[in-house]
Amino acid sequence: MTPEQAFAEAMKFENRPNPYPFFDELRKTPVARTAHGIYVVTGYKEIIALAHDPRVSSDLRNGSLLAMIRGGDSSGAPSDADSGMAEMLDKYGGDTMMILSDPPDHSRMRRQAMRHFGPPHCPDLIPSMEEYSVRIVNDLLDKLKGKHRFDVVDDYAYPLPVAVICKILGVPVEDEKQFHVWIAEFLGGMDLGPEAATEEGKRRQAKGRESRTELTKYLIGLIERAEKKGGEGMIAQLVHDTGPDGRMSSSEILQNCILLLVAGHDSTVNLLAHCVLTLLRNPGSIDKLRKRPELIPRAIEEVLRLESSVQFFPSRSALSDIEIAGTTIPSGAPIFLMYTAGNRDPAQFPDPNTFSLERDAKESLGWGAGVHTCFGGPLARLEVNVGLETFLRRVRNPRLVVDPPPYRPSQIFRGPLHCEIEIDGIEDRGAS
Amino acid sequence: MITRSLDAFKANGQIVIVGASLAGLRGAEALRDEGFGGRLTIIGDEPHAPYDRPPLSKQVLEGWVKADRTKLPHRREIDADWRLGVAATGLDRTKKLVRLGDGTEVPFDRLLITTGVRARQWPNPAEAGLEGVFTVRTCDDAARLQAALAARPRRVLIIGAGYIGSEMASVCRKLGLDVTVAERAAAPLAGALGNVIGAIAAEMQRDAGVDLRTGVSVSALEGDSRGHVCRAHLSDGTRLDVDLVLASLGSIRNVEWLDGARLAAGYWGLGCDAGCRVFDVHGVVTDDIFVAGDVARSPHVLFGYQFLSMEHWDNAVLGAAVAAHNMVCEELDRRAHLLVPTNWSGQFGVNIKSVGVPSFGDEIAFTQGAVTERRFAAAYGRNGRIVGAVTFNQGKWLQHYEALIMRSSPFPPPPAGFDVPADARSVPADFPPRGVGAPDVILTGHDPNERQAELVQPPR
Repeated sequence: MTPEQAFAEAMKFENRPNPYPFFDELRKTPVARTAHGIYVVTGYKEIIALAHDPRVSSDLRNGSLLAMIRGGDSSGAPSDADSGMAEMLDKYGGDTMMILSDPPDHSRMRRQAMRHFGPPHCPDLIPSMEEYSVRIVNDLLDKLKGKHRFDVVDDYAYPLPVAVICKILGVPVEDEKQFHVWIAEFLGGMDLGPEAATEEGKRRQAKGRESRTELTKYLIGLIERAEKKGGEGMIAQLVHDTGPDGRMSSSEILQNCILLLVAGHDSTVNLLAHCVLTLLRNPGSIDKLRKRPELIPRAIEEVLRLESSVQFFPSRSALSDIEIAGTTIPSGAPIFLMYTAGNRDPAQFPDPNTFSLERDAKESLGWGAGVHTCFGGPLARLEVNVGLETFLRRVRNPRLVVDPPPYRPSQIFRGPLHCEIEIDGIEDRGAS
Repeated sequence: MITRSLDAFKANGQIVIVGASLAGLRGAEALRDEGFGGRLTIIGDEPHAPYDRPPLSKQVLEGWVKADRTKLPHRREIDADWRLGVAATGLDRTKKLVRLGDGTEVPFDRLLITTGVRARQWPNPAEAGLEGVFTVRTCDDAARLQAALAARPRRVLIIGAGYIGSEMASVCRKLGLDVTVAERAAAPLAGALGNVIGAIAAEMQRDAGVDLRTGVSVSALEGDSRGHVCRAHLSDGTRLDVDLVLASLGSIRNVEWLDGARLAAGYWGLGCDAGCRVFDVHGVVTDDIFVAGDVARSPHVLFGYQFLSMEHWDNAVLGAAVAAHNMVCEELDRRAHLLVPTNWSGQFGVNIKSVGVPSFGDEIAFTQGAVTERRFAAAYGRNGRIVGAVTFNQGKWLQHYEALIMRSSPFPPPPAGFDVPADARSVPADFPPRGVGAPDVILTGHDPNERQAELVQPPR
């Protein structure tokens, strides 16, 4: 199998539940040229090197990927093609989100956003979400009392992070029904696999563009409301920012709010669902964690290593010729750092396909690496800890109904669409 | 040690660790991880359980964390005999025992030395004894200094603007205290990072309101009638009213207890091979004595095989792990301690990190960021290859430079693709000349076969 074939297989929807044999195949060439001149990186140490290399850009405008992806612009910015958006372009077009930018703009945006999210300016924000999260998951489980079957994704993993990110951003949680669909279709349209060229693939991309436009319009509405009326949450704080770096441009605020809203829950849902799935696939691990809950944080890092919530992010490209692993990535070539493959590189993680509570997986690529390391990681860790700890304590005898469960289409954000389990019941909240 | 007895040694042997700080603790844990089941004794001159020192000059002095709350977490059970609060005073290599200050002796089969360094005191003992004159190395030092800072002195004088002095100046400004820094070199941090970076550090100090005086030394400290420091005399003739003085003059290796043991111990530390095995006074390797941490000095392949002392946190942790491994393994399993050292500091709101050995370089080039924003990376070169790097608020790029240093990549490194500095030319790094210590070893004996090294003990 050529690297090109292996990559296409790994991206295929039918292989979403288990793309790993194809990544193993790809890793024989840790930096491999594939279709469209994309360099796919699957070796752990090569990913680390390129994630820290200042000749690798994260700005899509620098690479040739945009031209390759049918449908053009994938940054989420309104484009000329979006009818009815022309009047917004002046104010909301032009700039990009931090994950798609390089220093110094990236550094500035990250500082501006972090001022309202974490230490040293807001050390209490994330810890203050713990009580809220505990209440949400307990309410969710209370609603499931008397049932003997539920969907870990829809009934448990999804509602928690979406409620938390809404509260942090200042997005009305009652709008969730709307933007849930937009986000799902938007991500579903970002297809980097062979199916993108099919009729169905083209239909999904068109749908994705429409949904992205709807999501954009919706967030512009929230930003404009915050401009006029102020309000709680990061959107209002970014709009009225008086920090040393000043205020982000309106289009930067828009783009980063899209990023925080999407990434702020989607990848967390994947991680929590994969935690339950992985524990149920590994008999004995649930009992062990119930007896030794102090191992839960380690278990979560290990699940993230084994089942990366973000398999890769297709933003990077070479700004000059880069020699690595016996090959030269030419200037301008798109580079995909496959975190999901690096996380199972046997040179870094012995016996990489085994879930082990003994493993110290802190060095995994699950949170990315370098300056773009996950912005919301500390929040996600809190949410998944609360979610998993409460699940283990209150859900009696969970069993998987189907394995593997159905997966969502996105190759980037990989996670189960549903994860049905049978249970013997839900324990009372008890003294917590 | 005879190979066939290794199992017996691992089961029933005796290991003594002298020095109960970071390297000693991690070394003890590593010995147990390596399967050493024999008797383990840890000797420390301080009465405290092992604690972490980096916060002492930062969070502790700021008053965020109490000085006794930086104890190091234990990674595992050690099952050791702790002899804390009693210093080792001698090593008898013939009888294989360590003598302690309380008159007792502790026998060993193998010895790990992790005695580290201590703060260099103000050289005039009478002046050093004045109330209000401090050094900071131990948690007791930090507790006393923190209390004195909390009493809001009118003016603080810091003598020496290395990392500790600069961090302390930053703390003083954060606490709203007036502070003067006197530095003999042309700039703060010049010894560690050179004058090019030092000039930036100087700007940071002055912008924060530090009264920074470079190119001057302090010639005398004066006390009032109650024996409290009240004035300092500077080499340029100025006098300064001060009521708190911190002498941050660097460190002295704790090797005096090895006097007479005929090991390669001296001003620069205790010499060892890259496997942490101690050299004797002739430069011949010993079998049963190992060293790790600040006091160790070993040849480094990346830096011309020169002997380096690396007074860094990671050197203590990783060196102790290598020493422990080599203490209980077969010859063919020995590992080398090939550290690319990293170092960090927090001062004036800037996170400073370095990797490699900047002071081994003689050229510097800014590689990323903007110096004016105090957000940049710079690389150090020597003979056309990269040997070190420093970042100000750009620590996430450090791994890139570490990888370049490990590969001895060309200097200057290939230009970054974005955030390129306004001036990326390489210039002399401008390190101050390093003092050459007096030779403290002589050879005796006429015939080459009779040659013996004799250590010349400096007056103490």
